[in-house]
Amino acid sequence: MSLQVVTANRLDDGLAVFMTADEGWSTDIRQAICAGDAEQAEALLARANTQKQQITVVGPYLIDVANEDGVLVPIKYREILRTLGPSVRPDLGYQAG
Amino acid sequence: MYRYDDFDRQLVAERTTQFRDQVARRLSGELTEDQFKPLRLMNGVYLQLHAYMLRIAVPYGTMNGNQMRMLGHIARTYDKGYGHFTTRQNIQFNWPKLNEIPDALEDLATVEMHAIQTSGNCIRNTTTDQYAGAAADEIEDPRPYCELIRQWSTFHPEFTYLPRKFKIAVTGSPNDRAAVRVHDIGLRMHKNDAGETGFEVIVGGGLGRTPFVGKTVRDFIGKNDLFSYLEAILRVYNRFGRRDNKYKARIKILVHEVGVEEISRLVEEEWAKIKDGSLRVSDDEIAQYIAQFAPPAFEELRDNDPEFERRKQAHPDFAAWVRSNVIAHKQPGYAIANISLKPIGGIPGDATAEQMELVGDLADQYSFGDVRVTHEQNLVLPHVKKAELFALWAELKNAGLATANLGFVTDIIACPGLDYCALATARSIPLSQRISERFGDLDRQYDIGELKIKISGCINACGHHHVGHIGILGLDKRGKEFYQITLGGDASQDASIGKIAGAGFSEAEVVDAIEALITRYIDIRNVGERFIDTYRRVGMDPFKEVLYGDR
Repeated sequence: MSLQVVTANRLDDGLAVFMTADEGWSTDIRQAICAGDAEQAEALLARANTQKQQITVVGPYLIDVANEDGVLVPIKYREILRTLGPSVRPDLGYQAG
Repeated sequence: MYRYDDFDRQLVAERTTQFRDQVARRLSGELTEDQFKPLRLMNGVYLQLHAYMLRIAVPYGTMNGNQMRMLGHIARTYDKGYGHFTTRQNIQFNWPKLNEIPDALEDLATVEMHAIQTSGNCIRNTTTDQYAGAAADEIEDPRPYCELIRQWSTFHPEFTYLPRKFKIAVTGSPNDRAAVRVHDIGLRMHKNDAGETGFEVIVGGGLGRTPFVGKTVRDFIGKNDLFSYLEAILRVYNRFGRRDNKYKARIKILVHEVGVEEISRLVEEEWAKIKDGSLRVSDDEIAQYIAQFAPPAFEELRDNDPEFERRKQAHPDFAAWVRSNVIAHKQPGYAIANISLKPIGGIPGDATAEQMELVGDLADQYSFGDVRVTHEQNLVLPHVKKAELFALWAELKNAGLATANLGFVTDIIACPGLDYCALATARSIPLSQRISERFGDLDRQYDIGELKIKISGCINACGHHHVGHIGILGLDKRGKEFYQITLGGDASQDASIGKIAGAGFSEAEVVDAIEALITRYIDIRNVGERFIDTYRRVGMDPFKEVLYGDR
């Protein structure tokens, strides 16, 4: 099984976010807490799905990631786009810096 | 143009207040997402890949200059300076913040706009011919009937929780520019033997994962009876439409499974009970709505303007734009000017805040304050004096809005695809950009002639690929984008669903495949044949051959 992190959209502005070790949320996937097996992944998702989290994020789910030289990168192209922004508008989204 | 009455104003104001309260309760945690989601969807608020999306209704694609400028204001104030005109004649914004959307809706309400009927399982915003009230070929302006449909359908208590969404399109012209045969209900205006104007009623058309051309349930329904007849169809659908499976819930599946004869029988049976009730609309009432859409104060002009002809001679760029983007108007001396939102290599349907504000101003200056959105993701100024076309063109050109490609190979419909959409399986926009760049040369486009390429980034077919002369469907094949080509689709009065050519192509291969198809068409076409005509004459095989050879 590949590594997994929890992602969601932030409730107030809708931006893509990733769960951090302290159960907070970061717009930077590199800050995400990573699960190494299915059990850890389920536990992470449970922490993201609490009633308290409901007022911070919408629809948390697990995504597969790879550790590339110490940097977490999603495996699916859809999720790569969520870490960057629209490929047709490099001036927008996280990729714009 | 229709102006709100007190009921409309109250309706929109109350809806905005309600939504503000719902958003506050969601943000405070009083409402869960499961509770909130249907409420936000009823107000046009989706959640996409990168952010929320707000879809704003443009009823039957008609706006005034103030409304267009307001869209520019929304883009600048609540979004990132642009918006995206859709195949439903609406506009959507890609980056609004949830806590600011109530303010945006309040701003929109000041110009009689809203996001009602842009989502949810209700009767959606009615669409029609973008040239309504201007086209030389129309029998009658369809918009009074569209407005009556809007009033009948908005918050209709019986039809707020239909099995699935429901889309109605109307054409007042025999040349169908509203794709009425691929809607849940399509209404085609025509005259009966007695010379009365009424509608052919077509039911069960649609695209998506199971495309169908609609079937005629009644060849003629008079204007007075139209609304009770629509109610009867909706009642039959609401009762018998499948609620057990989302993918089989549209009326097209019901029509397909039960058969059009049985649907017709059920509708007639229901209609017999209600046809003389409150939904029968009198001639006087219809006349009031026709008056709301009375033609603007056209001047009596000669159809030929010598200055216009001279400008065309002197400016080949202008002549090219006139040739491709300007269409005959029913009033002598006037023309319909199409504003292409398909610059070569650009994003189909996108417009900046500045462009929207400019088009609003140009509508006021040149087109009696009237501007339209087309289902092919372009804009229209419907009533421009021929003598002023050159001045209009010069202003459009300065703003990057004078691309002379309407109906040609680079006038591509593309859904937002995986660049924005949470449902998409592949990107649509970059492919449309590459095709646009490949065929960008105007002479080459004009040589190819009318060719409708339509691209969808998933099976839901928002990009109408099933009715593209060349349709492209983006799919995910083992984590990679790949594209399936269909040929022979058509959204017009000769509607047909395209056929899959064969195995799909990788992102790297697909533009070459499109070029091979077009080259084959040029090699084998007869004089005057469009791509679709040639396809219909020769069939799939010659095109398959260039795509797959002996494969």
